Amino acid sequence: MKFKTFAAFVGPSVFMMLLFIAAPLVSVFIQSFQVTQPILEQIEVETCTPGFLTQTCTTEIKTVPALDENGKTITETRWVGLQSYQNVLQMDKFWSAIGNGSWNQIMQIDFWKALRFTLTFTLLTLPLVIGVGLAIALAVNNATRSIRGPVIFVSLLPFIITPVIGSLSIYWLFVGDGILTVMLERWSGQNISMFAQSWTIEILMYFYQVWHVAPFAFVIFYAGLQTVNMDTLESAVIDGASRWERLRHVIVPHLMPLIIFISLIHLMDTYRAFEVIVGFRSQAHVISLQWLTYDFMTPDDAGNRAMSRASASAMLTMIGIVFLLILPLRRTWRDHKGSAH
Amino acid sequence: MSTPKAMQQSFALRFSSGAFLAIWCLLAAFPIFWITVMSFKSPVDAFADSPLDVIFGPVTRASGDGLSVVDIVLGLVVLFFAIRWAFTRLPALVRQYCPPGLIVLGWLVGALVYAIAFVLVFFGLLPLILGLLNGLLGPLGTPVLGLTTDHYVAVWAENEFYRNFLNSMLVTAGVVTISLTVGTLAGYGLARSGSDLAFWLLIFALVFRALPHSVLVAGYLPVFINSSEILRPIFGEGAPTLYGQPWAVIAVLVSINQPFTIWMLRSFFQNIPAELDEAARVDGCSHFQAFRRVIMPVMWPGVITTGLFSFLLGYNDFLVTSLLLDAQNQTMVPAIAGYFNRETTTTDQVEAVAAAVSITAPLFLLVMIFQRQIVSGLTAGAVKG
Repeated sequence: MKFKTFAAFVGPSVFMMLLFIAAPLVSVFIQSFQVTQPILEQIEVETCTPGFLTQTCTTEIKTVPALDENGKTITETRWVGLQSYQNVLQMDKFWSAIGNGSWNQIMQIDFWKALRFTLTFTLLTLPLVIGVGLAIALAVNNATRSIRGPVIFVSLLPFIITPVIGSLSIYWLFVGDGILTVMLERWSGQNISMFAQSWTIEILMYFYQVWHVAPFAFVIFYAGLQTVNMDTLESAVIDGASRWERLRHVIVPHLMPLIIFISLIHLMDTYRAFEVIVGFRSQAHVISLQWLTYDFMTPDDAGNRAMSRASASAMLTMIGIVFLLILPLRRTWRDHKGSAH
Repeated sequence: MSTPKAMQQSFALRFSSGAFLAIWCLLAAFPIFWITVMSFKSPVDAFADSPLDVIFGPVTRASGDGLSVVDIVLGLVVLFFAIRWAFTRLPALVRQYCPPGLIVLGWLVGALVYAIAFVLVFFGLLPLILGLLNGLLGPLGTPVLGLTTDHYVAVWAENEFYRNFLNSMLVTAGVVTISLTVGTLAGYGLARSGSDLAFWLLIFALVFRALPHSVLVAGYLPVFINSSEILRPIFGEGAPTLYGQPWAVIAVLVSINQPFTIWMLRSFFQNIPAELDEAARVDGCSHFQAFRRVIMPVMWPGVITTGLFSFLLGYNDFLVTSLLLDAQNQTMVPAIAGYFNRETTTTDQVEAVAAAVSITAPLFLLVMIFQRQIVSGLTAGAVKG
């Protein structure tokens, strides 16, 4: 295919990606070093109240935003260097907390709290998703042919459901005196409220994430199981391999590329944890990095959006995903080069 | 085919794998099933302590809303035949009355007519007949299962949820059509070009796919809010403010989805033998003619699958739509967040549940109809790549 034809085919797609993905990245990068604020000016205001004989007048100096001829506030954009990053990271508090050796103090700074949760959320659910997905795939592969279709249908439901609704549906089972909370209370004999402390919320979130992503892993593993070489399996049986050894030494190595693929997708998607915070309404206890950026971007009571802090936290989020993906990407790259030879 | 004796499994293993599967299915379906049940009960029943109270709904029944045994039996029978008819007779009718070449349109019309007929029969005709029957049958006709549709009426009619529904439809329809048009061209180009440039484009797309969406939205927001001032030098006085515009959100979602779309379509196009378009080229077609006349007729399975995933992205999105659309143009998923903020009474809570079920219902239908395509789409990228 000639370059010109190729360019004509991919042109629209590349243009859209450049305009709406690459350009915003550059603009976020620039914004994170800038602050846009309304220009304030101080004016002297004399207020008079009617009194006996003479009016009582007081003069005071007020700070008001300057207006242009159309009555709009004039804003100015200044370069502030790393100021916004400092506002998000709060390094001074961080170092003093390190000095005290106090983990709790670090966890009171929003960014570090969000980073801690996002990383544990991503890394803890990864083995669970792969394990549960593989287990379901093996069980379905074991089942009689006639029930496979319905099982796949039911399994796809948690995967396809809107993430906010999925987390809400679990939230409603446990909120207040939801039926499952009541069941747990009866079982343990204690008064339980699942949404009053962060560790119970986190357990529910891990459960939700595994529930939501395991079907994806299951479908892919299931397809992979269909291509396992039966001859290798049979020779393993002849060599006296037990069922467990066959799984460990024949099936898992066969599925290895799929495990890496799922890990890659899972890291990308779970690092974005955001809807789960909205669905479980856990802002007061548990937040994630995307939620932090979202929170900076939503207008506060005065209608202002903290765009520069949002940009700084967005850039930090991006650095995080790069670090997280370096390992699996290097591995696929090595495999890619290895297979080329 | 009989399995060799050494491969046969002990009863214990078969039993435990079956039990595990049963538990998984229960876990997978239970939360969704339960919110559906909750949405049909009065608030007291919906948040009752005992599961049986939630299912049978004594308070709902006491207020006069309920189903009798006759209602349930007859309703299930009608439902069974309606579903069977949809899968056996409807496809034949669509094929018979639809002019060839417009089969997609024919299916859309067919599904719409079927949906309207179903709603008329199930919610219009059936209650009338059942009302008469229940009066005649005495003990069999007294309600045993509490059920009320009040919350759905409140959500859709009083709270004007249909506006959000229409906005959702507009956004998802836009996302699916544009992302498929742009994506098929790019996917075809990438699949047929073996150049280094194509390889690097795909790697860049993979990197773009990893970006959290909030990073991108942080880039759009200031530009979108001030866009009329920024674009004034180019477009003059009519420069639009992009913030709050559905089509701006469509463009954003299409672009965010592009990396995934081109990866998936590329893997589908690679499965179409290159000899096919080479033959067309030998016969004197240009690349575009080959694409239009030879590839387009055989590419539909891949395009439908990719379209499903684009639909899910547009339909399920919360972050982009909630930040870039204003209140009048809000789609369904962010609109449900409005319920949390004023969720003070239990009635509000059950209305939120009803709204959540309304959002899930179309997805449920989607899995039911397109299960095979979804599975093939999930495996296309992984197994062959």
